[in-house]
Amino acid sequence: MVTLTKDRMMILKDQDVVPFRNRVKEYAVRIGMGLVNQTKLITAASELVRNMLRYAQQGEVFIEVVTQGRENGVRLTFVDKGPGIPDIELAMKDGYSTHRSMGLGLPGTKRLVNEFEIRSKVGEGTVITILKWKNG
Amino acid sequence: MEKIPILRMGPFLLVTIQIDLYDRLALNLEADLVQMVNKTGARGVLIDISAVSIVDSFMGRIIGNIASMSKILDAETVVVGMQPAVAITLIELGLPLKGVHTALNVEKGMELLKSKIGPEEESDDDGDAD
Ligand SMILES: Nc1ncnc2c1ncn2[C@@H]1O[C@H](COP(=O)(O)OP(=O)(O)OP(=O)(O)O)[C@@H](O)[C@H]1O
Ligand SMILES: [Mg+2]
Repeated sequence: MVTLTKDRMMILKDQDVVPFRNRVKEYAVRIGMGLVNQTKLITAASELVRNMLRYAQQGEVFIEVVTQGRENGVRLTFVDKGPGIPDIELAMKDGYSTHRSMGLGLPGTKRLVNEFEIRSKVGEGTVITILKWKNG
Repeated sequence: MEKIPILRMGPFLLVTIQIDLYDRLALNLEADLVQMVNKTGARGVLIDISAVSIVDSFMGRIIGNIASMSKILDAETVVVGMQPAVAITLIELGLPLKGVHTALNVEKGMELLKSKIGPEEESDDDGDAD
């Protein structure tokens, strides 16, 4: 997989969510991603920045356009220095929430994208990477 | 501050969301709508989201809250005009819009609401009789 462009955005407050979604949309449109896949990608991205703001107060997102073979895609990497997730398997379960919320952000996001990777260390932070192929 | 206008149409309230909502704006809308249902005794709430391109769990929760609080105040909530891509995404995300009815457009939504509240109440004006 080759990275064609790389962009980054700091997420510090609620008001950053909409501009961030717009930025992701720009890249998705640029590679010709269809509306349904765009909507899935942006919704997934929205869930993850919300988690970032809620659980880690702030963070940073890397936005890449990647290519593999003939397929292009958008890859997003969410990096925060928040509390980390003690039990990832549990956090990935539908309905699991430490904040009496719906607990569908992480499992739902995973369903919406083609690749989903999560790394987390308690006391250090969380890194989540998602990838959506143009025709994925 | 920006505000989302709430229109009164007979026994119903109509809200048209024109932009992708900032969180604060969405929370204000929730509070305003519930207050308005309470004040006017409205029997139904129509939320037109045809211009909304993303509904994430946050937005979904707000819509669900509006519906459940309106229900307590004896009003039904109908979401109209959801874009197909949004509908597909919501299903995959797994977001249940509990207690929320959906309709294709405002007219259809209005019909649905009228059928919900029953014909005898449609034209009278004793909405705030309690
Ligand atoms: N970036 C993060 N840092 C620390 N903990 C996190 C992070 N993201 C998620 N979590 C933990 O994982 C749990 C599950 O997250 P998920 O997004 O699935 O649900 P939620 O945020 O609780 O609810 P919802 O997203 O439905 O509002 C959270 O309750 C939280 O404990
Ligand atoms: Mg979440």
